[in-house]
Amino acid sequence: MRLSRPARIVLGSVTAIVLTVVYVPLLVVFVNSFSTSTSLSWPPPGFTLEWWRKAFQSTGALNAVLTSVQVAIVATIIALVLGTLISLALQRFEFFGRDAVSLLVILPIALPGIITGIALNNFFRTMMGVPLSIWTVVIAHATFCVVTVFNNVIARLRRLGMNFEDASADLGAGLWTTFRLVTFPQLRSALFAGGLLAFALSFDEIIVTTFTAGSGVTTLPIFILDNMFRPNQAPIVSVIAVVLVLVSILPIYFAQRLAGSERSLK
Amino acid sequence: MTTTSTTPPVRAAVAPPRATPARKGSAILSRHPRLRLGLLLSAPLVWLGLVYIVALVALLITAFWSVDSFTGEISQTWTLDNIIEVVTGSLYQTVTLRTVGVALAVTVIDIVIALPVAFFMAKVASPRMQRILVIAVLTPLWASYLVKAYAWRSVLSQDGILNWLVTPLGGSTPGYGLPAVIITLSYLWLPYVILPIYAGLDRVPDSLLEASGDLGGKTWSTLRLIVLPIIWPAIIAGSIFAFSLSLGDYITVNIVGGANQMLGNLVYTNVGAANNLPLAAAIALIPIVIIFGYLALVRRTGALDNL
Repeated sequence: MRLSRPARIVLGSVTAIVLTVVYVPLLVVFVNSFSTSTSLSWPPPGFTLEWWRKAFQSTGALNAVLTSVQVAIVATIIALVLGTLISLALQRFEFFGRDAVSLLVILPIALPGIITGIALNNFFRTMMGVPLSIWTVVIAHATFCVVTVFNNVIARLRRLGMNFEDASADLGAGLWTTFRLVTFPQLRSALFAGGLLAFALSFDEIIVTTFTAGSGVTTLPIFILDNMFRPNQAPIVSVIAVVLVLVSILPIYFAQRLAGSERSLK
Repeated sequence: MTTTSTTPPVRAAVAPPRATPARKGSAILSRHPRLRLGLLLSAPLVWLGLVYIVALVALLITAFWSVDSFTGEISQTWTLDNIIEVVTGSLYQTVTLRTVGVALAVTVIDIVIALPVAFFMAKVASPRMQRILVIAVLTPLWASYLVKAYAWRSVLSQDGILNWLVTPLGGSTPGYGLPAVIITLSYLWLPYVILPIYAGLDRVPDSLLEASGDLGGKTWSTLRLIVLPIIWPAIIAGSIFAFSLSLGDYITVNIVGGANQMLGNLVYTNVGAANNLPLAAAIALIPIVIIFGYLALVRRTGALDNL
């Protein structure tokens, strides 16, 4: 199959149009963070830096970002450990109930968030008698973040095969040494990509968080939901969104470079 | 002169590894694969089983209980009332149909948009362009879900950018309602559909397409007979995301849906304001059954390995 020149141009234009539409709402958010209108009307009536100043002075916003980062880091670490263990087990072993285990990993993300949310809320409060806190949020987030790590790692394991590990064992390395010096370096970029997705998933989660956060716990999405419809706070929310998008370009860029350099090595 | 040449030179043997406890443990583990499997699986299974499955089953059991209308306490007597109400009540039937309709529309729209974009990314763009495009698709995921939904509220409003753009052309914004919900949800989940399809297409070797071309395959027949069967699991994987994320959503509906309700809203109201967890659990059974049905349907395609 060779694509004709017109076909390439059509595909390219469709991609360009779709990406433009994808970025228009983000552009609106960007412009609104400088707009004097608090109701997000278009075209913006005037220019102001007030929201940016207010956003960086808002302790509520800064604390919410901090809380979200903490939750996301701990949830990601748990997800990395559990996801790696479970993908090693599913990729390297045949056993009864293997399909059930893989379904179990997918389920927390495949079922709607509100179901996971009320199920965990009921579990923590009514069944276990545990008061909701930041830790109940971490446990909930880690549960649905396992799948992103699992998917990345198991795809990598499938491609790797066992030759290097067998060679390492033949040369006298123990299981742990083999994992540390042979398996782990080959998994590193998959772990990074999976961890990044897990972090993003946790950082942005609102529905499960609503049902598992203690009363004093304000993650960034909860802060945004509380302030979105307040006229004097809505533009501050826009500022936060702009900053997040700008900051997020760095890790995505590094993940891509990592994946790209591994591809060229092959 | 004679003896030295016949006997092989004595080589120093490699010293056997010292029998440290770690060494012994490693040896035991490599001789017992089941033990290895058990150690690998125990932590994740305890976590997912204890936290998630127990919670889910408990919720399902709650659906068979009821709420004392006087005290507001849950009474643990078995009853089918909630289930019967949810299955036969016209409100629940209407909302279920509406929710499934919205979820299906979002899924189809996302796949139709994602296919050409993913194809361009994987097969037409240069490696450098490819990297830039992946970043361009991934970046919007970091702008908060809420902010994006709110941005669409602003885009679609009467004095929003859409009206400003299309009014000169004689159009107008659809306003808030189900079309707005479908547009916003399609927008929100699009990257989750593009990425697996792109990954699937990226795995299709170019040589396969060239072979098809050399053997006389036209573009469409190559796409239909070679490419589509290979990326089918990836398409299904993308559809699971779009479908299930739409099925449970209640926040987007609140932001751009006007007065419309979806299943998520009914669950939310019953947990919160109405304080009727058993009824909420019974309503939650609807999406659970739908998702399980969908997963069972697509399991054979191998899509679950592509999520």
